[in-house]
Amino acid sequence: MSDNPLRDAIDEAIRDNEVILFMKGTPEQPMCGFSSRTAAALQAVGKPFAAVDVLPDPRIRQELSAISEWPTIPQLFVKGELVGGCDIVTEMFETGELHEALGAERPAEAAEAATAEPTGPQPLGVENRLG
Amino acid sequence: MPTPDELKQRIETTIPGAVAVVESPDNVHFSATVRSDAFAGKSRIQQHKMVYEVFGEGELGGAVHALQIKTEVP
Repeated sequence: MSDNPLRDAIDEAIRDNEVILFMKGTPEQPMCGFSSRTAAALQAVGKPFAAVDVLPDPRIRQELSAISEWPTIPQLFVKGELVGGCDIVTEMFETGELHEALGAERPAEAAEAATAEPTGPQPLGVENRLG
Repeated sequence: MPTPDELKQRIETTIPGAVAVVESPDNVHFSATVRSDAFAGKSRIQQHKMVYEVFGEGELGGAVHALQIKTEVP
């Protein structure tokens, strides 16, 4: 434990949640295109994930970036390790690596659909499967 | 305001053997595809961090508002 309770809380959240996404807004109401695309990729994979909105307190983002040495939001952690931001997660979704990392089946049709339309505002097709 | 050419040069001089293609519609949002032998054997996270490290504290999110990165090993 350090004398920085917020950093401890972030560390703990990363440790305690197998899949955790730090983003701007929420998966249901993302406040940034990059966060939106990243959350949509996770939702399309269909495995449950924790999400933390960094917007309510700017210190969350500061501490998170200090921990991860990663300057931007979103940030996806799997099993305590930083996997990446929007670019990496989107690329991994398209290749099927994201499914693998999350322990999901790699759907051939999802990979095809993603590569068929690689650009555009919502290349993944936002579909809320969290219910 | 930084230009794509400027970013390209900075990336290429900082990362050994890098060839970068940098594009920007507005000199604020950039996308960079960087190819370098220096990425070999590194995770994507490490590769992208090498590109981030080209830029100074506060520059990303500041003058370079957004930088989309794709890294490749030749």
